[in-house]
Amino acid sequence: MLLLQEAAAAGAHPLSGSIAEWIWLVPVFPLIGFLINGLLSLRTAAHIGPKDPTAHHAHHDHAHDDAHGHADGHGHDHPAVHPYAGIASLVGPAVLFASFALTAAIFLALSGAHAETPFIKTLFSWMPAGNLAINAAFQVDQLSMVMTMVITGVGSLIHVFSVGYMKEDPGYPRYFAYLNLFVFFMLVLVLGANYPMLFVGWEGVGLCSYLLIGFWFSEKANADAGKKAFIVNRIGDFGFLVAMFLLFSNLGALDFAGVNATASQLSPLVVTAICLFMFLGCAGKSAQIPLYVWLPDAMAGPTPVSALIHAATMVTAGVYLVARSSVLFSMSPVASLTVAFVGAITALFAATIGLKQWDIKKVLAYSTVSQLGYMFIGVGVGAYAAGVFHLVTHAFFKALLFLGSGSVIYAMHQAYHHTGNHDDAQDMRNMGGLRQFMPVTFALMWIATLAIAGIPPFAGFFSKDEILGAVFARTHGSTLADATWLGIPGSALLYAIYAIGLVSALLTAIYMTRMMLYTFHGPNRTGDKERSHLREAPWVMTGPLAVLGVLSLAGGWLNLPTFFPAGPVQALHHWLEPVTGAAALRITNGAEAHLEHSTEYILVGLAIAIAVIGITIAVTRLKPAALVSKSQSPASEGIERVLEHKYFVDEAYDAAVVQPLVGVSRTVLWKGMDVGLIDGLMVNGSSYLARGIGWVGARLQSGQVGTYAWVLIIGVLGVLGAFTLR
Amino acid sequence: MAAFLQSIGYNSLILPALLIIPTVGALLVWLHGATLKGADEAAQEAGAMMARRLTFAILLLEFILSAGLWWSFDASSAAYQATIDWPWISAWGARFALGIDGLSLMMVLLTTFLMPLAVLGGWTSVRHKVHAYHVLMLLLTMGMLGVFVARDLFLFYVMWEVMLIPMYFIVGIWGGERRIYASIKFFIYTMVGSLLMLIAIVYLGWQAGLLEGKPNFAYEAVMALPEFRPMVAFWLFAAFFVAFAVKVPMFPFHTWLPDAHVEAPTAGSVILAGILLKLGTYGFLRLAVPLFPGIALHPTVRAVIIALSVIGVIYGSLVALVQPDFKKLVAYSSVAHLGMVMLGIFAMTRESVQGALMVMIGHGVSTGALFFLIGMMYERKHSRIIADYGGIAKVVPIYATLLTIVALSSIGLPGTNGFIGEFLVMVGAFKTVPVMTTVSALGVILAAAYLLWALQRILYNTLDKPANAHLTDLNWREIGLLAPLLFLIIWMGVYPKPVLSRMEASVGKFVQEVEAKAAAQSVTLNAPGGN
Repeated sequence: MLLLQEAAAAGAHPLSGSIAEWIWLVPVFPLIGFLINGLLSLRTAAHIGPKDPTAHHAHHDHAHDDAHGHADGHGHDHPAVHPYAGIASLVGPAVLFASFALTAAIFLALSGAHAETPFIKTLFSWMPAGNLAINAAFQVDQLSMVMTMVITGVGSLIHVFSVGYMKEDPGYPRYFAYLNLFVFFMLVLVLGANYPMLFVGWEGVGLCSYLLIGFWFSEKANADAGKKAFIVNRIGDFGFLVAMFLLFSNLGALDFAGVNATASQLSPLVVTAICLFMFLGCAGKSAQIPLYVWLPDAMAGPTPVSALIHAATMVTAGVYLVARSSVLFSMSPVASLTVAFVGAITALFAATIGLKQWDIKKVLAYSTVSQLGYMFIGVGVGAYAAGVFHLVTHAFFKALLFLGSGSVIYAMHQAYHHTGNHDDAQDMRNMGGLRQFMPVTFALMWIATLAIAGIPPFAGFFSKDEILGAVFARTHGSTLADATWLGIPGSALLYAIYAIGLVSALLTAIYMTRMMLYTFHGPNRTGDKERSHLREAPWVMTGPLAVLGVLSLAGGWLNLPTFFPAGPVQALHHWLEPVTGAAALRITNGAEAHLEHSTEYILVGLAIAIAVIGITIAVTRLKPAALVSKSQSPASEGIERVLEHKYFVDEAYDAAVVQPLVGVSRTVLWKGMDVGLIDGLMVNGSSYLARGIGWVGARLQSGQVGTYAWVLIIGVLGVLGAFTLR
Repeated sequence: MAAFLQSIGYNSLILPALLIIPTVGALLVWLHGATLKGADEAAQEAGAMMARRLTFAILLLEFILSAGLWWSFDASSAAYQATIDWPWISAWGARFALGIDGLSLMMVLLTTFLMPLAVLGGWTSVRHKVHAYHVLMLLLTMGMLGVFVARDLFLFYVMWEVMLIPMYFIVGIWGGERRIYASIKFFIYTMVGSLLMLIAIVYLGWQAGLLEGKPNFAYEAVMALPEFRPMVAFWLFAAFFVAFAVKVPMFPFHTWLPDAHVEAPTAGSVILAGILLKLGTYGFLRLAVPLFPGIALHPTVRAVIIALSVIGVIYGSLVALVQPDFKKLVAYSSVAHLGMVMLGIFAMTRESVQGALMVMIGHGVSTGALFFLIGMMYERKHSRIIADYGGIAKVVPIYATLLTIVALSSIGLPGTNGFIGEFLVMVGAFKTVPVMTTVSALGVILAAAYLLWALQRILYNTLDKPANAHLTDLNWREIGLLAPLLFLIIWMGVYPKPVLSRMEASVGKFVQEVEAKAAAQSVTLNAPGGN
């Protein structure tokens, strides 16, 4: 039945035969880029080993010289441009441009076709087994195309930025190989037409994240961070897997069309379980409580990676998954409230940590966790379009902030490099007053800061306001308001979420302003010698920044609020209606959830006031002039210390989960159970018995193994041969 | 292709040929070795190379011949194909009856695929008694294939023993320092199991041949036996269970495996993990479960077996986490993977059983590749201790790349073979045993933990041991030997359909028959005073 539906949808679809048929090329371009860059990387790094690798023979070869030459060539102190840097810088971004161009064309075709159902391009049958029929298929619809536009668009800009940022890295083609591979998987994630395909991308981006966080793997901290990211994500993936098992065992389908068509058969309990397990996956991928701990560590990767993967695209996959499964989530008010509440708590919690971080990237990392929480508030209260809207604007301004910080770190590195200084190039206490040296970065990052703080008319204002307004609107007359969540009336919980959202917005404005003040304003603390080497980044880096600046400025036009007199009012909302509209209506009991204009004006006024207050607090209370460079700063105390150490959550997890697990595995399971009980008592006990009988043991002990072997083999052969030949 | 193979009578000859070729090959290699008695060192050295080449050529021929099965096999049929049925030991009623179906086809191909690679893997590391080693490899091939293609219980048993003995010597003679301990352990474990199975087989043979006055060991005859009394059936099942559970190995019968793996030479480990373990799960699929469905699917028995399987998944992963020796780590990970196979079989849905077969193949390829890679590094540094490495990715980038890909497939990353099997097992098993499947899914997390942690400590971090800066990267032989494995890892992850479709019919028949029989028998089993 499901196959039939799919076939019907594909056959009669207005997009069939159009350029959308080529959707598969969109992910394939970056895959080609990965293969080319990967081969380039291996080609330069590899030295084929000797014919006989056995250690005592290897000494005769010139392995020593080889290894030495290799190590010297890539030494830390001689940054040299990679021999294949030219091809890699061409191929890496070019495949993204190609994907973006094709995506834009398909996007236009889709907007012209007014398709109410998704267009599904089936490539081949992937996992047919029993009742399971999973195809390798891509889905073109309003949601997937918005995501694809963001990924290929912002992705292209970040690839271009990387050309400058990574220029002198010895692993240059390897970097682009990973980055291209990431884009491939990310596109599979958003374009896949069923949950297992989505899961392929889901795990694949996790892999690339692992590889890129640990890109400079020679430092243990970086390799640790990569591993942590992968494993914490896997905890989430466990939830995702169980959600798929529940779907298949209850509905017999795993493709979006099939699940959405039959979801109404699910009992409330089952659908809640599915959604909660799925949300565990989202919490892992999108760094929500309790699984957010990997994202701040992920900053160990190169900064453009943080911008692309850990801000703009991969970490939003959880939000995408909830929006994609809106039909399911809208059936379970409890699960939806959980999503919104976890999002709210995470938004607040991460924002408080962001207040006290010194590493510029750590500030942005916690800010990302916090903003992702905002998106989950949106999709949690059934305002799917608002959540996706914030996802898009956040991709613009957070990518800008990260790339801007990359540009700052690049300048700091260059300055330190000139003087041979080994200070921390990412610590804001070593910065200050950078606006005179990097005016372009300075101006653009302020645009992004105002956007994230929620100052109109920047993009973040519109999306954040849309979410907060949606929460407020659902406090009455929605299925969420009527539900109870752990004994709390849904309506009360929604008010609490709204309040938490406002407080988080206040904190956001404070910590972002703090970051800007400490980085760009006040006196410079980089060092007297280093100061003369501080420079604005080259155009290949500032160019992409400028484009993102325009987007951060104008991104709000994608979805203007209803009270706007003119322009594309609620454009994204209407655009996404075929995908998430029905689910959103279910949450609001069939009525469009709109506030009175008067209420809306009050809410908007409140939001703007909060943002302005936050910025004012930061500007008046913080004294950049009083800061001293990192090496001279005293250790913080009290609540500051707790915040700086992120509430000691990592330490708590380590003590409560990791150490006990390893300890029990080693002492109880391995040494106790395996070696002690099973082997010591049972196996060896019986082997002594056997030795006592002495039949096997004696012969083996007496060193006659060879003879004995021959006797047995000849015997077996003889018997077999005699019978076989008759 | 199929038509051409038909025209040359491929199907009527291929299975006996696959058994005869390695046997004759073993004789040839042995004879060649015998001619070198007393020759000087140079001649011995040349002779050893000849033995390697000859064995490789024979096993390559074996693989090429067996590859025809891929095309000649009729995927739409669940019946035995390429059958032959020759009289053998007629006084005992044993027949030389062979055939393959969807359950065994891929196992045969996996065996013939891995064996030539295993010979390549020992090319430079096996340096003494080279001829004996290769004779044993060929006999081992014959024994393993024999188990997979037998259609006669007696033949099955003979082949089962034939394959144990060479492996016992490969571990005991060419193994590491504690090889004697490991091989005795292996021997005792498997011997105890197979002796019990022999008793059960003889009993079944007599029962099937009661009317003819002499035993009848043919699968059809034994399968068609009327239902046994519950107690008899239980003990017969128990006898098979022990033999197969040791082989799998199921918790708590697994402790021979880490020792055998660590001490075995590279090829031994590859074959052990890649093929030998699957003989256990194959035994369940082919004999233990279909012979006694009432027992196998009895709620208590089934619950115990599934619980042991899931314990194996979690326990194997946890113990793997803390292993200082990389080979032991992989050995314990095998316990976990095979636990997943057992879960798939006893969950008894079409998806889960197909998944179990996919895990069997996938584990053979991935773990085989892992053992090859460990062996290659051992040849260079003579250490398998993880802490002796660190940061070598910069020195040996090809090695690092390949090890990472293989480890990821073992973790079950989507897009690799590992994912397909595990996903199918779990998605299918969830329908019948949801709680246990959910627990086993936790193994997904642990697999990532133990392998990535090991990977980090070997490949990444700081290169802090100066000697490791002189490690040499893989050579062309090693790359060439890993290439087909890597190809399978990706191909079976991206496009597993041709493999799945070849097992579909047989798996469908298996599940349907077992369930039907179990339903018919469960009534009587529970009748006297419940269970």
